Amino acid sequence: MSLRDQACVTGIGETRYTRETTRSQAELTFEASLAAIADAGLDPKDIDGVVPYAMGGVIAEDFVTNFGLPDLRYSAVTPMGGASSVAALQNAALAVAGGLANHVLICLGRGALSTGRITDRIGMMPQFRLVAEHEMPMGTVAPAQFYAPMARRHMELYGTTSEQLGEIAVTFRRHAQLHDNAMMQKPMTLADHQASRMIADPLRLYDCCLESAGAAAVVISRADLARDCRHTPVYIGGVAEGHPDSPSTITQRPDICRIGLAKAAPKAFAMAGVTHADIDVAEIYDCFTYIVLCQLEDMGFCAKGEGGQFVQGGRIALGGELPVNTHGGLLSQAHIAGMNHIVELTRQLRHQAGARQVPDAEVGLVTGYGDLGDGSIAILHR
Amino acid sequence: MNDLAYDKPLPEPSAVSRPYWDALREHRLVLQCCRQCHTVRHYPRPVCDRCYSMDYEWIPASGRGTVHSWSTYHHPFHFAFKRDMPYVVLTVDLEEGVRLQAPLRGADASALRLGAPVEVVFEDATDEITLPAFRLL
Repeated sequence: MSLRDQACVTGIGETRYTRETTRSQAELTFEASLAAIADAGLDPKDIDGVVPYAMGGVIAEDFVTNFGLPDLRYSAVTPMGGASSVAALQNAALAVAGGLANHVLICLGRGALSTGRITDRIGMMPQFRLVAEHEMPMGTVAPAQFYAPMARRHMELYGTTSEQLGEIAVTFRRHAQLHDNAMMQKPMTLADHQASRMIADPLRLYDCCLESAGAAAVVISRADLARDCRHTPVYIGGVAEGHPDSPSTITQRPDICRIGLAKAAPKAFAMAGVTHADIDVAEIYDCFTYIVLCQLEDMGFCAKGEGGQFVQGGRIALGGELPVNTHGGLLSQAHIAGMNHIVELTRQLRHQAGARQVPDAEVGLVTGYGDLGDGSIAILHR
Repeated sequence: MNDLAYDKPLPEPSAVSRPYWDALREHRLVLQCCRQCHTVRHYPRPVCDRCYSMDYEWIPASGRGTVHSWSTYHHPFHFAFKRDMPYVVLTVDLEEGVRLQAPLRGADASALRLGAPVEVVFEDATDEITLPAFRLL
């Protein structure tokens, strides 16, 4: 049995995205979840499966408590950091295809600075045990520092430049300016990017994502039930997760320029039965500009080492050959750990993206990237 | 060395990694080696991912290697590193086939290229913990 087209995204919901909040992660998550369920044309009591974000401050049973779910019969978590949201699509698709649930809620809330800096959270997470012992004592305590050597080696091997990374940041900023729920509305030029301060060389401030408060949620429904929901069903054509070699430390990874997505992408494309040329729009996890470039290569949109050239010349901008992060991404919309990427791709495929709409978008992909190189990918179509 | 004065993150040696840290305290670099298939592995862990043996020994490492990658840190994500900024952290291919991450001493990033030879040096952080660092050869 293939999971192809067995499940659909039927509902999407988001809160406003802000820099800080006085509201709890749970409260934000419930607001986005109620919005997603209503968007699907369902009642909260129709939800019988929940896959919450492992670090999101809620557990599945909180939805029984707060929404009065009469029969929560499927729950799971996908603890892969920023790859969790898209990995949850695989999990939910399995659940509905296997008859374990009809409508699965996937949700993710973040409190940004209000719930502590990323560096404070990392040391306590089991997937960071090895780096906590061997790398944090060196001052390598934050994602920018974990990932910087990947980008540096890419530059040394392939001649990738900071300006090429800047092209990614500038493009996503321009897209964010077309979205009224994007945090960063101020224009950014390549010169602005080049003038932004160095954080962990070669990553500058504008190569790094935002920290945000807010929540997003989606409802995944069994395909035959999706046809009765409110909007055009968006089918999960292919989906996969991938874990890199040496997943708990980049330092010991045989090829530090290759991440888990490289293993997942061929499976997702094969399951969906599409090729790269079929992809009309891509929402790619963008915690850092370099990570976008690396994923484009590892998905096979270009060869390893060609990512820098690939992103130049407007190819990834709206109107280009492969529009990427039409909502502004984590770099310029908000860091909702990629749940906002799934919401945006769904909007694009429903043809509800307004000024950001990719004309006649039929097929798109969304990726996740988490922890020290975990990857996930879903190929969706209308 | 006054342990109370050291305010950076310190490793908490585990049952499996204790001999590694004990050797560093004596200014020796040792690595975990599978007794069955003789594969060297790092960071310390219970099982050989090649042959699945849990039988291992600690072998002396030469301390020499070559630069695999690096980053110059400019923003201190931890307050205690603020006084060190900017500084370079290397990812080094050790001669034994595993990697080690540690700061570069005595040079800045302008001197670096992939494959540049380096040698480990030892820096006592506290009475209990010594951390590795590198200098260019």
